[in-house]
Amino acid sequence: MSRRSIQRTVARIAAAGVVLGALAACGGDSSDTAAPGTGGGDESGTAEDVTLTWWHNATSGPMPEVWAQVAADFEANNPGVTVVQTGYQNEELQRTLIPNALASGDSPDLFQVWPGGEIRDQVANDYLMQLDDMIPDTIASVGATVNPWQVDGATYGIPFTFGIEGFWYNTDLFAEAGIESPPTTLTELNEAVDKLKAIDATPIAVGAGDKWPAAHWWYQFALHSCSPDTLTTAAAEFDFTDPCWIEAGTELEEFIASEPFQEGFLGTPAQTGAGSSAGLIANGQAAMELMGHWNAGVIGGLTPDEQVPPFLGWFPFPAIEGSAGDPNAALGGGDGFGCAKDAPTECADLLAYIMSEEVQSQFAASGSGIPTVTAAQSSLEDPNLKAVADGLSQASFVQLWLDTEYGTTVGNAMNEGIVNLVAGNGTPEDIITRMQDAAATL
Amino acid sequence: MASLTAPGPAETAGPGVLRPPRVRHRNGRTRTWVEVVVFVAPALILFIGFVIVPVVLAAVYSFFNLPAAFSWDMLNAERFVGLDNYTRAFSTPEFRRAITNTFFILFASLLVQGPLAIAIALLLNRRLRGRGVLRLLIFVPYVLAEVIAGLTWKLLLQPNGGVNALLEGLGLGFLQRNWLADPDIALYTIFLILTWKYVGFAILLMLAGLQGVPKELGEAAEIDGASWWQTQRYVTLPLLAPTIRIWAFLSIIGSLQVFDMVWVTVAPTVRQMSTETMATYMVQQGQFAGQPGYGSAIAVILFLISLVIALGYQRLALRRDLAGAVTRGVR
Repeated sequence: MSRRSIQRTVARIAAAGVVLGALAACGGDSSDTAAPGTGGGDESGTAEDVTLTWWHNATSGPMPEVWAQVAADFEANNPGVTVVQTGYQNEELQRTLIPNALASGDSPDLFQVWPGGEIRDQVANDYLMQLDDMIPDTIASVGATVNPWQVDGATYGIPFTFGIEGFWYNTDLFAEAGIESPPTTLTELNEAVDKLKAIDATPIAVGAGDKWPAAHWWYQFALHSCSPDTLTTAAAEFDFTDPCWIEAGTELEEFIASEPFQEGFLGTPAQTGAGSSAGLIANGQAAMELMGHWNAGVIGGLTPDEQVPPFLGWFPFPAIEGSAGDPNAALGGGDGFGCAKDAPTECADLLAYIMSEEVQSQFAASGSGIPTVTAAQSSLEDPNLKAVADGLSQASFVQLWLDTEYGTTVGNAMNEGIVNLVAGNGTPEDIITRMQDAAATL
Repeated sequence: MASLTAPGPAETAGPGVLRPPRVRHRNGRTRTWVEVVVFVAPALILFIGFVIVPVVLAAVYSFFNLPAAFSWDMLNAERFVGLDNYTRAFSTPEFRRAITNTFFILFASLLVQGPLAIAIALLLNRRLRGRGVLRLLIFVPYVLAEVIAGLTWKLLLQPNGGVNALLEGLGLGFLQRNWLADPDIALYTIFLILTWKYVGFAILLMLAGLQGVPKELGEAAEIDGASWWQTQRYVTLPLLAPTIRIWAFLSIIGSLQVFDMVWVTVAPTVRQMSTETMATYMVQQGQFAGQPGYGSAIAVILFLISLVIALGYQRLALRRDLAGAVTRGVR
């Protein structure tokens, strides 16, 4: 009897525990969601004491230290302001942390803002502070690179680095093949391909296995076939009716038919291992690769001595003769920061400080990327980054990566269509149809 | 669990006993319920929260056209698209190819792995020098993690990898292929890797099944003048049938779910061209293409196909094997 009663008591206590636990969980939930409504920790305190939270994507290399120094300097120059800066892994930050923080209403004050489809969604949900009236001089200092961070003419983010895509090439192989200067037109590019084949080098490496490196070829053909106006309209209204969009696919088809790429390119990764497209450049097997501004670092990481090979050179994507496209148009992307809608005004001041010539020069000197403030570009030491920066300064029109520009849904449909075309299973028209179908679901 | 039956004797004790049976009865029942709640609730909460609710939510999402991020505004009636996601799935060539690929893996697994496993099991069931070592070796691939096995094969099957080097060394250079990058053969390569990985499990099952076949029957058949082949064909195989049916069931379920091996082994482009399975297509569209609604519809289709096949197979093929277990009342 006594044993049973003990059992019974234990069972009841346990049951009560379960119920209590469930109640506690519910209570915890409601208090969590209530907190942001009553004003987060950011706005608390007196007018002089402000805490700014800052999320960025610098987790390795020289950048974490640069940002920490920036935060410390800003605190020193602005008594009463505390800056809490944290670096998170890029994809985690972009796909999970920031969307969740914004949706829950408890977002950091200053954070990484990705251009194109993503910033449009954030502005549509009223998450971001408009910066035009707060720091107009800073916005002006970065010129046209700020365009992707604008929605309907208003600025919601400012890029601290921006780079463009071009051909990374092996100057030794070019010399051996008798190519005197980097191609400036598509015809010259085709000639260069023939000359490189003649010396048994793989003319162009492409990491088509990862999809996007193949897609970038079509982006470039579209960029140089379509007028800047057509590109701008397409980004704003998903209008792909201009014949230049089909033309881009047709030209890419013809180009692939000349077999410029390495054997089995459909399965080649872009950046991992000696068999990747960057690896083929690093070990001198292939002569050219169309890739973004980061590629010198990737190639350097794949050489035996882990140094950027001295033969590496850079030239912009050549013009397509007789097309409506701007011959000096460039395709690129970058990293930018924006402030949350309800962040204290000091957030904009911190952003202005990050974008100051002084900090931008530090950034340039660290070799982490190309600063957007033109005056700071003289601080670039890395010759490859300098080449890309020169290309950027000569570009008359800068288009954001098309998949970023159009957002995940349309961008992915576009990339799938391009991959089919590159693999010989699709048509130029099919790419456009897919994009329009995807845009219709938005 | 003995306490569950405790109320029984008390009830039959009749009114003459010291303790009033009704009180005992109620106490016992209350305690039983408390115990049921305490022991079952945690598992039940987890099961409902992480299995039932997501399945139901996926079904709900599948009727909506959801944007990728931020606003899963379910209350927005404009986002309701009815069966559009489903009609779109079946009119998309990529999804139809994903279904075809999945069923290719399913039938090829049954037709190749089954006979292969039975043959090897019959061989390993005989007295054989080094039988234990052979059994161990054959089972090793199954023990390896799928991702590890996939990446290992990915390295071996590179254009300049181990397999092609081996072919070259054997003087079979003409057989060299770009195994995983050639869309024409990538699916067959994947199937071979899957066979390598899972045939060991089939052999193990068949060997276990063969232990249950009485030796006397084989000996009796021999005395009656049956050859070894005839003994296997007319005595051993029929008695192995329950094992074969269970293995086929597991194989079918596994084939419908193939994901990891394709995902880690084949480059995304080649996957899109030729080796997409239903599961990889679901993840690709729902997660990476920013279309959770469409991805949910794919998930529901995959779920229904699996359900129909599993239930149908249970009723038709496994009825006798599982009689009284999961198919009680099914006739």
